[in-house]
Amino acid sequence: MRVLEVPATLSYKTLDPFLGQVTESPDGRVLLDARGLSWIDPVGMIGLLSAGRFLADRSEHPPVLRSPESSEVSGYLSRMGFFERVREGFELVSPPPRRSSGASDVLLELSKISENHDVHDVVERVQERAGHILSRTLRYPPSAVVQFSVILSEVCQNILEHAEAPGWVAAQSYNWSRRLGRHVLILAVGDTGRGFRRSLEGEHSGRFGDRWSDSTALEAAFLHGLTRFPDQGRGQGIQQMRRQVRRWDGVISVRSGTARIADVPEWEDLPPLEEDLPAFPGAQITILLPERVQESE
Amino acid sequence: MITAGDGGDLDPQLDAFSVDVRDLLQRSVANLYSHLVTRPTGRAVRLAIEAQLREISLPALSLVDLSSVSVLDYSCADEVVAKLLLRGVEGSNPHSGSVFFIFQGLKAHHREPILEVLNRHELAAVVQAVGNEEPFQLMGARSSLEEEVWSVVESRGRVPGARVSEAFPDGRQRETVDGLARRGLLFRHPLKGDLHALSHLARRFE
Repeated sequence: MRVLEVPATLSYKTLDPFLGQVTESPDGRVLLDARGLSWIDPVGMIGLLSAGRFLADRSEHPPVLRSPESSEVSGYLSRMGFFERVREGFELVSPPPRRSSGASDVLLELSKISENHDVHDVVERVQERAGHILSRTLRYPPSAVVQFSVILSEVCQNILEHAEAPGWVAAQSYNWSRRLGRHVLILAVGDTGRGFRRSLEGEHSGRFGDRWSDSTALEAAFLHGLTRFPDQGRGQGIQQMRRQVRRWDGVISVRSGTARIADVPEWEDLPPLEEDLPAFPGAQITILLPERVQESE
Repeated sequence: MITAGDGGDLDPQLDAFSVDVRDLLQRSVANLYSHLVTRPTGRAVRLAIEAQLREISLPALSLVDLSSVSVLDYSCADEVVAKLLLRGVEGSNPHSGSVFFIFQGLKAHHREPILEVLNRHELAAVVQAVGNEEPFQLMGARSSLEEEVWSVVESRGRVPGARVSEAFPDGRQRETVDGLARRGLLFRHPLKGDLHALSHLARRFE
């Protein structure tokens, strides 16, 4: 069995090299060794699940996951509902820690999105906790909870309408005291479906000719609101998410295939467009919402 | 459904029915959600409204009440507002020009998705914020002249056919009246030529 080491930090900043390792690993059964994992965010969790599904799809045997040694990390993953999702695609070396039945600080546990009612379910569940975190932690106005719910709905629908495969969503807030001096909410959505290039190519690749690629497909959807549907009412979801995230001075990025496109405020150093990333199926959308600064109020 | 009585000079011979979107969701979608999110949900609501419209005689006034909708996303707004209006104005639709919509119970958070989908389709709608005393408004894509002409009819409630030229002496204004009637933003009595603000008709059915 091939062993792939999960890096110590698995976050939206560090996920790409890990996905590259996964896709480049030789065929055959793989053990993902997460014993050294010391920090993971929702992007990392969904990345790990996506890696598992990718490996499961190309092998007769499901991949194996060795859980983190850190009880703090394992406990956090448990509270995020990670191990419940893991059981759907991985074999676990050892039983996961029992999930606490007490009150949780989690904004939105890892949730599978495969049908319309899943979107309703996450929008319903997030209301109360999102209201608390958006108003008290991020200091957004009370109306933000509805706007956040709309973002959540649109971003999850992206999976249903374009991926043709199930995906996951998760959200949590963190105190980036050293890095930014503020709290930040991270919302992550991902799938291992057909990705933007394949979703759009039937309708739009012709006009791009030889230039058609993951990055031009992302530009078409992200910047110009193109979709595979001829209906004029389609394609608004990403545009509206971008607008709202900009109002909150946040980051929104979409990674698909070998490219990533992003709206990036001054406080973040992500490039607006990246190409030649390790190829990975599906699409991964990341939204970062920073705490509102006092001066701008 | 409330049906207008026969006869009477003021009777616009219009059927009206009131749609509480939450009620429709309860009936047409398996689970009850006060969150109007996702395109399939919006489509189900729209189809239910269209099915009700098929049951009543035309012309008809449809009152769509959004006051119980706590979250409205863009996909649902596109289905429940824009596509419903498009069905009312498309020439290929047998209901075209015969169904008029008022979207009632609007809250602050409904406005952005509704305005966005209206502008995207170059549509306008008659809306009323939550609360019966709130004024009716025109929302979406319209010219300043359309706003002006619509406001005249709205403030008067009804302009008798014989007085339309007096109320709108300018030829461009009268063309605009024609356009507003075609867009379903006011009702013109097919025989008498009276112009009715949709709010005026809605109040008559209360």
